[in-house]
Amino acid sequence: MPTAIEFENISKQYRLGLVSTRTLSHDLKRWYAMNIQGKDDPYLKIGELNDRAHRGESEYVWALKDINFKVEQGDVLGIIGKNGAGKSTLLKILSKVTTPSTGTIKARGRIASLLEVGTGFHPEMTGRENIYMNGAIMGMTKAEISRKFDEIVDFSGVERYIDTPAKRYSSGMTVRLGFAIAAHLDPEILVVDEVLAVGDAEFQKKAIGKMQDVSKGEGRTVLFVSHNMTAVKSLCKTGIILENGQVKEFGAIDPIVSRYLKGDSAIENHKKWDKPVIAKKGFELLEIGVRKKGGDYTDTMRVDDELEIFIKYKLTENKNMLHLTLHFKDEGGNKIFSDSIVRNGNYNFEHDKGIYEAIVKIPEQYFNWGSFSLDLYVVENRNKPLIIEDDIISFTLSINEVIIGAPLGREPGEITPHFNWSESKIR
Amino acid sequence: MEFTTVIKPKNKLFEVDFKEIWRYRDLYSMFVKRDIITQYKQTILGPTWFFIQPALTTIMYMVVFGGIAGISTDGLPQPLFYLAGIVFWQYFSDCLNKTSSTFTANQGIFGKVYFPRMIVPLATVTSNLVRMGIQFLLFIAVYIYYLIIGVDVAPNIYILLLPLLILMLAGLALGFGIIVSSLTTKYRDLTILFTFFVSLWMYATPVIYPLSTMSENRQWIMALNPVTGIMEAFKYGALGVGTFDWGMLAYSFGFMVVLLAIGIVVFNKVQRSFMDTV
Repeated sequence: MPTAIEFENISKQYRLGLVSTRTLSHDLKRWYAMNIQGKDDPYLKIGELNDRAHRGESEYVWALKDINFKVEQGDVLGIIGKNGAGKSTLLKILSKVTTPSTGTIKARGRIASLLEVGTGFHPEMTGRENIYMNGAIMGMTKAEISRKFDEIVDFSGVERYIDTPAKRYSSGMTVRLGFAIAAHLDPEILVVDEVLAVGDAEFQKKAIGKMQDVSKGEGRTVLFVSHNMTAVKSLCKTGIILENGQVKEFGAIDPIVSRYLKGDSAIENHKKWDKPVIAKKGFELLEIGVRKKGGDYTDTMRVDDELEIFIKYKLTENKNMLHLTLHFKDEGGNKIFSDSIVRNGNYNFEHDKGIYEAIVKIPEQYFNWGSFSLDLYVVENRNKPLIIEDDIISFTLSINEVIIGAPLGREPGEITPHFNWSESKIR
Repeated sequence: MEFTTVIKPKNKLFEVDFKEIWRYRDLYSMFVKRDIITQYKQTILGPTWFFIQPALTTIMYMVVFGGIAGISTDGLPQPLFYLAGIVFWQYFSDCLNKTSSTFTANQGIFGKVYFPRMIVPLATVTSNLVRMGIQFLLFIAVYIYYLIIGVDVAPNIYILLLPLLILMLAGLALGFGIIVSSLTTKYRDLTILFTFFVSLWMYATPVIYPLSTMSENRQWIMALNPVTGIMEAFKYGALGVGTFDWGMLAYSFGFMVVLLAIGIVVFNKVQRSFMDTV
């Protein structure tokens, strides 16, 4: 496959703080250095990495620093990263809204960008007028739009309101119409930034389907930025993680998404403390871990294994109303279910001082393959949480000998319980 | 297939992509249309406002400048004299005010999509032209009325210069407007100064008074204003009053060409990165 887009050393520098203060003096110095002395821009040499959370020394910051990668034609690339990692800046440069400070982007074909669709809609103009207007803004000719007009209206599903001013539209309708226009642009490269957030489920599905058609059937390239990992995973083939304005990782989408969701912490299925770390009001957590039955914490866990969760804690005072609850979460952080020792029915809430160990047995083939994490709740008086520890441990289940991420069909859903099926011939 | 798009940090000073602007001509015509039809949407009187505005201004000038201040109108009926000045000046100042806020007023859309930014001020100048054309009808109506009641006015051969005069006016407004809009992206101080400047400029142009009321030694200062020559030429051609001077007209034309050239270069440089500073 030929390369559709090539990013070479793309960097973008921004000045922090107010634009007006000392802008003139910096402008004059920059102009003097570049035009009189013939040097490079003096302010391009300084600057710090773009880390939102920490206070820096320099007034200049690199929103993007040395971005290098290539996108193949027909690829759907997901760009993921935290807020302020540089995703939108990258797309803005690609869609020529702003220029890079250094570096070059080379691309083949028309680039259409959907940075928040519906921008450029004039509130006083009707849907019909706005289709022409918006199409033209994105570079279509009037004849092209006329040819595709019916298709656009049909896809958007707002036919009824087509002669109503756009200011009467709901935000979802605006997005629908905006996306419909852009999707029918037939660009060689489509840049999409967080458009699906406003649409309803039906439309999100439609939009993702359209983007897939565009990339598969017509061999066009799509760059997709979203925080919705489900959308990213179902749409993209490859992914890129941006962190502090730099490319952290690049590769096939599934491992990239998992890596991103786990953040810096690797999978930790066992934790042990000598000192009170997770401790409150006489409760102290000593150890928590999950492993396959009879195995070590370092053993690989498989879907076919029976699993055991151990929780060891110490009580330094008597507690007469205390119990533990676990929340099970999937890779995306969505809670699947919760379970508690209370459901045993005859559970004794009264605890004397001492060290306790709780064991949770999970039958084989209960979870689907993938990664899961646990939230631990220590509850007092049946419903008052004493301690809540999110993502206290996590574990990965593999399927047979194959490592997660391999392109094998995964059954839908996070759990795979097996019910009592029976079948007999009745006639 | 070769790389068709190359995005680089800087481009050359005089690298203006006129071909690209031509490719976006449909957008240009749509912007023009939008400007016109959205102006009076949700008003009861609708496009009638095109006439009411200059009519009201004319009446105001008749009271203030003609009545109270008693400024001469070169022996012409006041409505005719003022209307001629208002229609012309209004076009100029509308273009100027709107083009000078091109970047700040459109940052929402400029921040999302790329298209040649020059389309916007070009469309502004054009849509205002349509508006001026409609207002010109009012001028003609008043003109005919005075012809019928037998006032001594008559156009002469110089009225044929009208298209050129309007073109020069448009060019001056465009050139000046885009320079100001480029500078205001970073330094907003200019916006405040500029509104003040435009209203002052009207008084430095023979709009409400004929140039002949100025003493000889002041007239050359007035002539430095590139709009003076255009305004006087129009009044001379249409109403047969005032002064007509090829030299002044040539000066205005030269001024316009230089201003436009500077404007295009500055605008072109700023448009590529203004989103970072606006």
